[in-house]
Amino acid sequence: MTMTARPLVHKTAMPGLGLSAGITIAMLSIVVLLPIGALLLKGASFGLTNVLEVVGRERVMASLYLSFKLSLLAALFNLVFGVLLAWVLVRYRFPGKRILDAAVDLPFALPTAVAGIALTALYAPNGAFGSLAQQVGLKIAYTQAGIFIALVFVGLPFVTRTVQPVIEEIEQEVEEASATLGASRLHTLRHVILPMLAPAALTGFALSLARAVGEYGSVIFIAGNIPLRTEIAPLLIVIQLEEFNYDAAAAIGIAMLVISFAMLLAINLIQIVSRRKMGHV
Amino acid sequence: MSDTALPRPAFRVATDEAPLLRIVLIAIAVAGLAVLVFAPLAVVFAEALKHGWSAAIQSLGNRDARSAIQLTLLITAIAVPANAAFGIASAWFITKFDFRGKAFLITLIDLPFSVSPVVAGLCIVLLFGANSAIGGWLVANGWPIVFAIPGIVLATIFVTFPFVARELIPVMIEQGRAEEEAALTLGASGWRTFRTVTLPNIRWALLYGTLLCTARAMGEFGAVAVVSGKIRGQTATMPITIEMLYNEYLSVAAFSMAALLTALALVTLLLKTILELRHADQLAATRRH
Amino acid sequence: MFLTPSSRFGVPLSALVLALAVSAPVQAETLLNVSYDPTRELYREVNEAFAEAWTAAGNEAPTIETSHGGSGAQARSVIDGLNAQVVTLALASDIDRIAEAGKLPVDWQSKLPHNSSPYTSTIVFLVREGNPKGIQDWGDLVKDGVEVITPNPKTSGGARWNYLAAWAWAETNGQDPQAFVADLYTHVPVLDTGARGSTTTFAQRGIGDVLLAWENEAYLALKEIGEDQFDIVVPSVSVLAEPPVAIVEGNIASDAQRELATAYLDFLYSPEGQALAFKHFYRAWDDSAAAPEDVARFPKLDLVSIEDFGGWKKVQPEHFGDGGIFDQIYTAK
Repeated sequence: MTMTARPLVHKTAMPGLGLSAGITIAMLSIVVLLPIGALLLKGASFGLTNVLEVVGRERVMASLYLSFKLSLLAALFNLVFGVLLAWVLVRYRFPGKRILDAAVDLPFALPTAVAGIALTALYAPNGAFGSLAQQVGLKIAYTQAGIFIALVFVGLPFVTRTVQPVIEEIEQEVEEASATLGASRLHTLRHVILPMLAPAALTGFALSLARAVGEYGSVIFIAGNIPLRTEIAPLLIVIQLEEFNYDAAAAIGIAMLVISFAMLLAINLIQIVSRRKMGHV
Repeated sequence: MSDTALPRPAFRVATDEAPLLRIVLIAIAVAGLAVLVFAPLAVVFAEALKHGWSAAIQSLGNRDARSAIQLTLLITAIAVPANAAFGIASAWFITKFDFRGKAFLITLIDLPFSVSPVVAGLCIVLLFGANSAIGGWLVANGWPIVFAIPGIVLATIFVTFPFVARELIPVMIEQGRAEEEAALTLGASGWRTFRTVTLPNIRWALLYGTLLCTARAMGEFGAVAVVSGKIRGQTATMPITIEMLYNEYLSVAAFSMAALLTALALVTLLLKTILELRHADQLAATRRH
Repeated sequence: MFLTPSSRFGVPLSALVLALAVSAPVQAETLLNVSYDPTRELYREVNEAFAEAWTAAGNEAPTIETSHGGSGAQARSVIDGLNAQVVTLALASDIDRIAEAGKLPVDWQSKLPHNSSPYTSTIVFLVREGNPKGIQDWGDLVKDGVEVITPNPKTSGGARWNYLAAWAWAETNGQDPQAFVADLYTHVPVLDTGARGSTTTFAQRGIGDVLLAWENEAYLALKEIGEDQFDIVVPSVSVLAEPPVAIVEGNIASDAQRELATAYLDFLYSPEGQALAFKHFYRAWDDSAAAPEDVARFPKLDLVSIEDFGGWKKVQPEHFGDGGIFDQIYTAK
């Protein structure tokens, strides 16, 4: 395309460059870039110093820290549990497997508010799980633990659903070869299987994390929403909107956007770099 | 793997975990899903059926409930194909070509997930609301976006944007380009290569992505709430109606609709299972070549 | 108004949308009433009764749509272009915002009787059956071991009235109001974003000893959740909450529509409309057509109005604005 040492697009024999690039960029612009551009424009007209002033407030910092900390923990939980679940669903045969498989997607289907109400009903001190927890002295609903559970719920399907197709694609011969060469099962899993799953798992982790950071509907019911303790960042945006303060709302929105974007970009870069090392793409 | 696989020969033991480990792993998976997914689901259905089936079904029969169901189906019918088309195009672009800024592009596609639905709604209002330049012009010409169906569609596409693309990209990366290159070398056209080589390879990922997208599109609340205007019988989708009913102390009606929404999702998932079973032979054939 | 399909999508989609649209008689006027959360039941009945009265007077049957949500969010929607001809919100300050955006005259509140508030309400306590903690008045709320449930005043219009009622009680009883309110919020374990969320937390999750609630919400909760589980306690001092109504001049398309909108709001003040307000647990003004038991329900109490605080224009920024007194309660510690 260009004459520089490293061209923008390498020429390949593949057809459809114009069409696929065209659709991708056109839809990305209309659906994502323009609306987000409007948000950034709002922030720009508010002024960088004002944006930083809003973001620097004690409550905003506390809620951002809380949102990202709990989202990270929830995404880590989903990473481990999701890979395990994907493995079990693809490799093992047991009664009820199909029901389990279908259930993985349910967190997407339930409206977040319904999920929040249902989870609170379960984990409140008079709920089925909440009363059990209380017997051992634990409070779940209206604490950070409750927020964690809601975030695990909304991010649950991501890792499983990105890893599952990859496990299905793994050629059994690879494992057989590894076994034939004398590797133990654990060794095969760690050094052959896991590296193959890593890109997809990392994608799922990133999506789960991103989804958790922005989650509002299900969290507000179970969170308690006490400032500095159980107040999540999206709630502060809603609070600013209630005051008709679009500028401050945009400021907090932009802060979340920038942090999320940086995290996602880092994860995607790691993936692409590691793939290059492995010789794909 | 496929249910029609041949009886497993003895050497497969080498690629299986120990029986005890398998049982433990299955137990963890079942217990985890039971606590995280089935229990909340049970709450929804228990609340819906608190006063019996007839009360639940009756609550779904009125004018507002019906129009909410129709609206949600309409929105989904527009948003999902749009996202499927985008998903295929972007996955092809990203996996079949080498270009600079690939990670950046993938991250942009992921971005809607990290935007709080509330902010997503706010973005659309800022862009298309009556007080913005574009929105003001559109409204003046009789094309309102916000507080009308286009706004809801846009919000829905936004929140479900990455689903299909994100399902397709890892699978297409795993498959590489060799097969397509072979087909092209043998003289197949681009479309034919896509239809006969790529599509069979990615169909299950495509189906997964589309189904996830469908389920999420039907259930989206936060972003839609900001742009819908919540007019009963006109711009109130199923999740919005659920919230309205819940706030009216009509908890049976609210949870009945939530249960219906869940059931609709289950139907799409069942559809996937049936397709998988019916095409098991083909599937097995494309898996091992 | 919202589904004029021809201009929206291509032809097949238009047909779909048209098929979904509610069929309305030709030429009939439409009206969109944008309201806040707890008025759903009220306006469901008002719309039916008004449509009947309107057609009985020889007019075409009107199409009246309603939209409900948090008062502030609803006002914001109208500012951003939601085509409401009538707004019936929780706080005058929310309608003031719409006026500031130029959609209705700044003096809107003087256009209709009683500060444009056809019905009023107040804040009461909902306690558990038998009132085990012996809660009688605001002072009892800050006793050791008492947990209070109220929504977040930053997100809920009703919660602002709760806060102001507590403030008013402290002032009348010679206490430092800011210290009292700050103390009160240390007894709040959960700050839901809306009134309904708080009611659920209190009634269904079993959290807290007392719920601060709109009077109409408290009665509704009793009716819907169970009279045998809760008692209503009326404090010695409370606030007069005036949810106002107004015509959004900027969204009126024709004289016929203005006539309909005017008649609709006037109907709220008619004996029939007032009776419906009483029925839905609001304190209305004219009880001539109301059922006696609906009127007898309300005990007399000392009500402080928002004017005693200096009006919403002063109260909103001072107490609930960014860095206002409510914010200081949490960040000062």
